[in-house]
Amino acid sequence: MSIKVVIKRNTYFDSVSLMSLSTKANQIEGVEQAIIGMGTEMNKGVIRNVGLMTPEVEEATAGDLMIIVKTTSADQTESAYLAVEELLTNKNKAQAKSDIKYATIDSAAQGIPDANFAVISVNGAFAVREARKALENDLHVMLFSDNVSVEDEVELKTLAHEKGLLMMGPDCGTAIIGNTGLCFANAVRKGNIGIVAASGTGSQEVSVRIHDFGGGITQLIGTGGRDLSKEVGGIMMLDGIKALDADEATKVIVLVSKPPEASVEKKVLAQIKECSKPVVVYFIGGNEEAVVAAGGQFAKTSKEAALKAVLLAGIDEAGINKRALNIPLVEEVRAKLAPEQKYIRGLFCGGTLCDESMYLAMEKFDNVYSNIQKNPDFLLKDINVSQEHTFIDFGDDDFTNGKPHPMIDPSSRIDRFLQEAKDPSVGVIVMDFVLGFGSHEDPVGVMLPAMIEAKQLAEKEGRHLEIIGYVLGTDLDTPNIDEQVKKLIDAGVTHASSSTNAGLLAREMVLKGENHE
Amino acid sequence: MSKINELFTSKINVINVGIELFKDDILAQNASATHLEWSPPGGGKPEIIAALNRIDKAELAEKIEAANRLAVEKIVNSQPVLIGFDQAINVVPGMTKKTILHAGPPITWENMNGPMQGAVMGALVFEGLAKDLEEAAEVAASGEITFSPCHEHNAVGSMAGVTSASMFMHIVENKTYGNIAYTNLSEQMAKILRMGANDDSVVERLIWMRDVLGPILRDAMKLNQDGIDLRLMLAQALHMGDECHNRNNAGTSLLIQALTPYILETDYPVEQKRAVFDFVASSDYFSGPTWMACCKCALDAAHGIEYSTVVTTMARNGVEFGVRISGMAGNTWFTGPAQKVIGPMFAGYKPEDSGLDIGDSAITETYGIGGFAMATAPAIVALVGGTVDEAIGYSRKMKEITTTENQNITIPLLNFMGIPTGIDIRKVIQSGILPIINTAIAHKEAGIGMIGAGITNPPMEAFEKALITISEKWA
Repeated sequence: MSIKVVIKRNTYFDSVSLMSLSTKANQIEGVEQAIIGMGTEMNKGVIRNVGLMTPEVEEATAGDLMIIVKTTSADQTESAYLAVEELLTNKNKAQAKSDIKYATIDSAAQGIPDANFAVISVNGAFAVREARKALENDLHVMLFSDNVSVEDEVELKTLAHEKGLLMMGPDCGTAIIGNTGLCFANAVRKGNIGIVAASGTGSQEVSVRIHDFGGGITQLIGTGGRDLSKEVGGIMMLDGIKALDADEATKVIVLVSKPPEASVEKKVLAQIKECSKPVVVYFIGGNEEAVVAAGGQFAKTSKEAALKAVLLAGIDEAGINKRALNIPLVEEVRAKLAPEQKYIRGLFCGGTLCDESMYLAMEKFDNVYSNIQKNPDFLLKDINVSQEHTFIDFGDDDFTNGKPHPMIDPSSRIDRFLQEAKDPSVGVIVMDFVLGFGSHEDPVGVMLPAMIEAKQLAEKEGRHLEIIGYVLGTDLDTPNIDEQVKKLIDAGVTHASSSTNAGLLAREMVLKGENHE
Repeated sequence: MSKINELFTSKINVINVGIELFKDDILAQNASATHLEWSPPGGGKPEIIAALNRIDKAELAEKIEAANRLAVEKIVNSQPVLIGFDQAINVVPGMTKKTILHAGPPITWENMNGPMQGAVMGALVFEGLAKDLEEAAEVAASGEITFSPCHEHNAVGSMAGVTSASMFMHIVENKTYGNIAYTNLSEQMAKILRMGANDDSVVERLIWMRDVLGPILRDAMKLNQDGIDLRLMLAQALHMGDECHNRNNAGTSLLIQALTPYILETDYPVEQKRAVFDFVASSDYFSGPTWMACCKCALDAAHGIEYSTVVTTMARNGVEFGVRISGMAGNTWFTGPAQKVIGPMFAGYKPEDSGLDIGDSAITETYGIGGFAMATAPAIVALVGGTVDEAIGYSRKMKEITTTENQNITIPLLNFMGIPTGIDIRKVIQSGILPIINTAIAHKEAGIGMIGAGITNPPMEAFEKALITISEKWA
């Protein structure tokens, strides 16, 4: 038998708390008897009666807390006493979580010990500080906010890298972690393909195509659009590849991005060489040779990237519906378009979807303009006025400044669509409609009246207006993809089955004689 | 296994900051998410965010954390004990016959508001420095009187806080750290000096307090060799439904219970003892100043710790709200305009009659009781215009801006959470949550007195000034 007596002078607990504490203390392993009480004469009497009286207890006053722990063996006394202490410093764990509101990341991280992730979408001016706080609290971060400087991005990603945490973003709109879609993401089945992407809608498209081909996703890691710039140096993409390489559930890795800056591309390719798993590389407009030399699988389009990934992942090719391009339809539309209807107008919510269609057009035409062209010669002089073949990314800062993203607020795209539909030199207008988490509840529906109106107007003027619509989503997404597609078809819009096909259809339909494939 | 790979194999649990829709989508996928009640730090002012970032730099942040740990350790471990009562002139450092102490940060006679000027005039008549109120105003303006904040003399004063040489003071000793704190005695009613009233009835009561109440208490405590452990009593009072700023029913019962045997043992006539008991019984506010001195005693022990951002003083003079922080030793005040107090009024008064927030009593909130412990006092939520749920919410919310919980003093209703302790200016500014103060309302004109009670906050400006100063000084 061994006894430990601790007197905490002038420490007040009410008698009811002490009774319940004593009860709990007596259930602690190894405790033969525990008495926790104030040093009142009455309590001392009890202690005397059970034969535990000591000089210290005798000395205690009514304002002193007495803790007496008796254990069967001496080696248990200390641990039993610590367990009693633990009870005393009650940490209010019992409170229902739902009714506690936190105002800061610090307090939330402290109050929710299981929290492992922060999604930050506050104004860019404040976002860096919040992201830093999250990392300091060992939380993985998805930083949706844009308008964050490159210097801050490098600092945050360096800190995250040192701590072994994800730092997705700034300006990262899409991720799927542990099968939970974050911000703008689609409901795709669980599988064995991991994605690291520097482009939001590009990674959404690849994940949706993988799902359509019967595959599934382990993780979709977003990096933010600037990760592969010279300044940032691909910190997140490199860490993402490493993590997926080490992830047992991941069998195939897909990289999605605009072409990286040359020195960063070298680093990424070196990382691919190191990687023990097949890596499919979809760098829009990227260089096939370098990828192949690094042992990667090059994909020219998002559709090809998804197809290669599912085949590598073990899906039987015989069972895949590859959704080939509808050549007879192309011929039919070509016949309907007048000679002066030469141009494509692409009006996109998704930056990468815009890029993909634009690059496909650039393979055939040398007069393709955009608000996101890398070559300054082909940047639109006025973003509100189209020139020849024009592709607009409405998600770019030019259009979102002070306004919600076009996936949420379609108004500027609707206005622009009506403007383009009146232009007699336009043959095809191609648009994307993005479903899933974070998206508009009825993206096709809001555009529908304008599309019907434009079709009627063109008919009145005796010209055919071809509208191509691509709905990015899966059968598991909200709103329902079949209903969205049906709305398009009922309105006389041509439905494309993928981002790649949308771009190909648009380009092929406006090709005139000499350029035919 | 790296932290990222750990994440891949564990359940995602998200803290969502910004767009609430993202939280809803996460919950819809059966994952866990908590949406922050976030607001831009420092109200979004770039210079404030820059200052926060400056003091967030690792090396300095560690110094601040360590200093704050020490500061709250001192607050929590302080054991204030009431050891006696005596006249200010005999005990308060720097007190002279022509000194008038007042509540809040420093202020000159001409800048004082109505209630404070009224109290000063009453005190000058009481001390015999003026024959009537008219003359008192002249004396006050003459430059002969030294005006100084109570806080700069180890003292606190409730409402106007006007304290003069012959007033009897509580003497509270910190048994842990040795420092002493002082405060004068409660006048009980509504029409009283501290509320700005100053007619004959007010001065007469002050005279009785000087000649009967004070001496009896002084001599009673001389008989009590051990003193009265105020921290222990405070903890009990909170469990009995007080928050010890606006509700003092339990605390006053406990205090007079402890004093009674000694009062009885003094040699004063029975009718005088009886008058003391009747006076105490006339209002439960009797122990209000006692807890203020108790809090002051603990917080002074934590003042002057280099690099600490813990607030050691919140005090108002009716014009300005002043804050002192531990890391700026001595009498460095950071001020902003005193705010309106919102709450129920006595019959016949309207909000426009209210004087602005006044008094050193916010020392109780600085310590973690009063508004911070509203959840202990459901009985008075009406007095401060709230609901029981709000009261509980206030106590929880104050955890956001404090450094620790004081386990010596607990809140039964919140699972015996310790009172939120050690207001950290960094947390106030980061969260945008201001300390909550519940307090009495004095009429804005001199001479009328208390007209209601309610809730108020400090001005954010005071905290911002403090932050800017330390970020320039320490970073």
